[in-house]
Amino acid sequence: MSDKFVLAGKEFTSRLIIGTGKYRSHEEMKAAHIASGAEMVTVAVNRVPLDRKSESFLDHLNPAMQILPNTAGCYDADHAIRTARLAREALETEWIKLEVIGDPITLLPDNEQTLEAAKVLVAEGFIVLPYFTDDLIMAKKLLDAGCPAVMPLAAPIGSGMGVQNPSNLRIMREQLPDATIIVDAGVGVPSDAAIAMELGADAILMNTAIAEAGDASAMATAMNLAVQAGRLGYLSGRMPRRLYASASSPIAGAIK
Amino acid sequence: MTIFINGEARELDGVSTLAGLLDALELPKRRVAIELNKHVIRKQDWESTNVADNDKVEVVHFVGGG
Repeated sequence: MSDKFVLAGKEFTSRLIIGTGKYRSHEEMKAAHIASGAEMVTVAVNRVPLDRKSESFLDHLNPAMQILPNTAGCYDADHAIRTARLAREALETEWIKLEVIGDPITLLPDNEQTLEAAKVLVAEGFIVLPYFTDDLIMAKKLLDAGCPAVMPLAAPIGSGMGVQNPSNLRIMREQLPDATIIVDAGVGVPSDAAIAMELGADAILMNTAIAEAGDASAMATAMNLAVQAGRLGYLSGRMPRRLYASASSPIAGAIK
Repeated sequence: MTIFINGEARELDGVSTLAGLLDALELPKRRVAIELNKHVIRKQDWESTNVADNDKVEVVHFVGGG
């Protein structure tokens, strides 16, 4: 079955997008990236330490992978916009994962500031992929603003809690059948990724679940398989849920 | 003159341009971006953009993130 993932006109085979943070070593990260099958990775924009003499972090990434810079650490639209502009200048890419955080304990998004920043960045020609609360109305507003996809959270960033509101994702899928929905943040284990995909997500973005796993490469393989399994499960059309049993073997003809 | 670079005040004399600033601080020029007083300055303009006393400069690069 041909099932390409197309995002802003670019075709991907993998529906898994992964991060580059929290790995114990560059070697471990590189191995996990290969195992994941991912074709797009996120990076963060940060002040250069004034004593920096080392090479660029980007040298540790497979050059074939699409780099998606993020605006992590920004608490208002203005900072996110400035960060996006800096990322575009340094990387010569229009792609940006827009993240405007509302508070440092939960890292939950500030949806209002996110929308404001999205409008400005879309007008400036950015391909804006916004991280936001899993809310249908907010998703509609972000799509109306010109975002080519929306990225609802499954649970707080780095929490590994899995899909906390499956109904919200299901409603979003049903009400926005043509939208590209990427579940971003909160996945902890492969079953979480599979559940999000079974609910109809088009792709999943994760970082900590792989980077903090005991064996990051093995977990990356597992996540790759889980995303594929969940996708196939969604496309296959699940059986109806029933409160009571429905026998798989014929009742008639059993010996008496 | 005093330049605030990445939030740190630095006394820099004999520096006139952004490119000169990077050289003086021995900062990398590849895959970095620069903001001068909250405006991105394109790489091709680093040589011709002057810095002045009390300017605020941000020099960013990329790090691991999600």
